[in-house]
Amino acid sequence: MNSVREWIYTGRHAVAERWHNAPRWTRWAVIGAVIVFFYALPNREFYQWLGPIPTTGSNFGQVLFTISIYVLLAVGLNIVVGFAGLLDLGYFGFFAVGAYTVAVFTSPSSDLKTLWPWLLALPLAIALTMVSGVFLGTPTLRLRGDYLAIVTLGFAEMIRVAATSSEFLKGQRGFNQIPHPPGSYSDGKPIFGVLDPRPYYWLVLTVIILVVIGVRNLNRSRVGRAWISIREDEDAAQLMGVPTFKFKLWAFASGAAIGGLAGALFAGKQNFVSSQNLELLNSIIILAAVILGGSGNIVGAIVGGGLVAYLIERFRGIEFFGVELYEYRFMFFGLILVVMMIFRPQGLIPNRRRAAEFKDRRKEVIVGG
Amino acid sequence: MTTLLEIEDVSLLYGRIKALHGISLTVDEGEIVALIGANGAGKSTTMRAISGIRPVASGRIRFDGEDITKLRADLRVRRGLCQAPEGRGIFPGMTVMENLDMGAYTRRDRPEVAKDLAKVLELFPRLAERRKQVGGTLSGGEQQMLAVGRALMSRPKLLLLDEPSMGLAPMLIQQIFSIITEINQQGTTILLVEQNAQQALARAHRAYVLETGRIVKEGTGAELLHDPSVKEAYLGVA
Ligand SMILES: Nc1ncnc2c1ncn2[C@@H]1O[C@H](COP(=O)(O)OP(=O)(O)OP(=O)(O)O)[C@@H](O)[C@H]1O
Ligand SMILES: [Mg+2]
Repeated sequence: MNSVREWIYTGRHAVAERWHNAPRWTRWAVIGAVIVFFYALPNREFYQWLGPIPTTGSNFGQVLFTISIYVLLAVGLNIVVGFAGLLDLGYFGFFAVGAYTVAVFTSPSSDLKTLWPWLLALPLAIALTMVSGVFLGTPTLRLRGDYLAIVTLGFAEMIRVAATSSEFLKGQRGFNQIPHPPGSYSDGKPIFGVLDPRPYYWLVLTVIILVVIGVRNLNRSRVGRAWISIREDEDAAQLMGVPTFKFKLWAFASGAAIGGLAGALFAGKQNFVSSQNLELLNSIIILAAVILGGSGNIVGAIVGGGLVAYLIERFRGIEFFGVELYEYRFMFFGLILVVMMIFRPQGLIPNRRRAAEFKDRRKEVIVGG
Repeated sequence: MTTLLEIEDVSLLYGRIKALHGISLTVDEGEIVALIGANGAGKSTTMRAISGIRPVASGRIRFDGEDITKLRADLRVRRGLCQAPEGRGIFPGMTVMENLDMGAYTRRDRPEVAKDLAKVLELFPRLAERRKQVGGTLSGGEQQMLAVGRALMSRPKLLLLDEPSMGLAPMLIQQIFSIITEINQQGTTILLVEQNAQQALARAHRAYVLETGRIVKEGTGAELLHDPSVKEAYLGVA
């Protein structure tokens, strides 16, 4: 057991080492190849060669779209949890705000009857989620401790209850005929239609790439340094002159905006948004994905989000001794998380600092206990 | 001599527990002032009140001619007030250099920062040897030096040191006190909290004795060093 762990550990280290020592062009080439791979992935001509990887129970393009939404959410939540170290248990609430903003302003079943095109509602959705993030964060982020966790949990539940029971938000009947994103092929057919999920997947994939570039630059700037210092020791950060409240709010609100963006993209594809899309468990899944992948590491968040969403979908349609595995997806998933927390609490692809912080905390536990 | 820091009748609450009962003290420009007292007397709490990590319940704090009682902690740093926190107050996941860099977070004068960095590394050669090491893996003494060095990087007018000698070997204690004197001679005013009363009083121009949240005695370092009750309570001589 130990030797296996060691072997995996040194193997992983060797890979990380080689990656960091590789020349620039090699790294770009690898990144380019990975990106091309994921753009090609939803095409049957391509994925039929991938053996058991494509899902059997449902349309693979559709599954990829779902996965991409999760990845985008994980990248957004990683800013909040991973970079700034804030525990947000209601992240999915921002997704809901984004999706519902689009629904309310575009759908003919909405009381507003504004019937905006999707593209017009998109910036409003992002802005409104950001505002709701600021609204939620302003009173709570000033306080220390676990207030944020509780407040965000309450927020997501509040959104769910409002969506279920308010007349304006239509409950389970929901909003239908939400318009799709604009654009058409040369023959006049719309790019974003009802039948083919692939263009939506490509759109989200492109958004992910842009968001990742933005987040990466932000994280390498003064803002990123401030976030790390807050996560590592908030008092010390303040003693060094970091306006901690401002930067926590920044992280929280930009994370929220990305959640809203994901919600708006989802609404544009789905055509239909109702309270059934909102499950509390989703917040936990995304949080678990970030932790699983390696909190504080963008690649870790992408891998975590992708892996978790993929595993959940992969269970669909598989029977084992007459039991539908999909029904037990959360149990397996919980099991994997427990095992992870025991053997690798810093996640699959941790960041260097995070690993050191974990060691530091462990020492404190021993000293204190 | 001008007064740099003036605390007037400051009280501070942790929940409903009163940790400071109306303390007053002053620090003049160029001084080393020591604050001594038993465990739990409220020394760190006084530091927190000054640096602004904890809000005060009543009283006034003036720094450099300005009332900073209600000023946010990070803005106090910009005014020239910097604290090296007690114990392991460094950033565990950042390297030594990154930690020092964080000390200069509020500063934009890059060339001057580079000069100060060279000075700090000269003051603490141990840190220079361990530039790339992650803070959390430094020894206790090295972390202590890093905390002091990092605070110096903000080029403070007033440096608040909370038990810089805590957990150090006797050799290193001597060394850190010489460094404190040296920093002071280079022009930084220092407010120093210490368990190590002997050393602190010997180095300080003036000192205050804190007991359960109240100032019970004050005087020059030499006076307190020879005060019978201080001797008995804090210097371990009958
Ligand atoms: N965060 C806190 N919450 C509640 N009580 C606190 C808190 N911090 C300190 N106290 C209490 O306030 C009193 C003063 O604590 P403080 O840390 O200022 O003591 P100190 O003089 O620095 O002691 P030491 O020499 O052990 O560091 C103590 O009784 C302590 O238990
Ligand atoms: Mg103390």
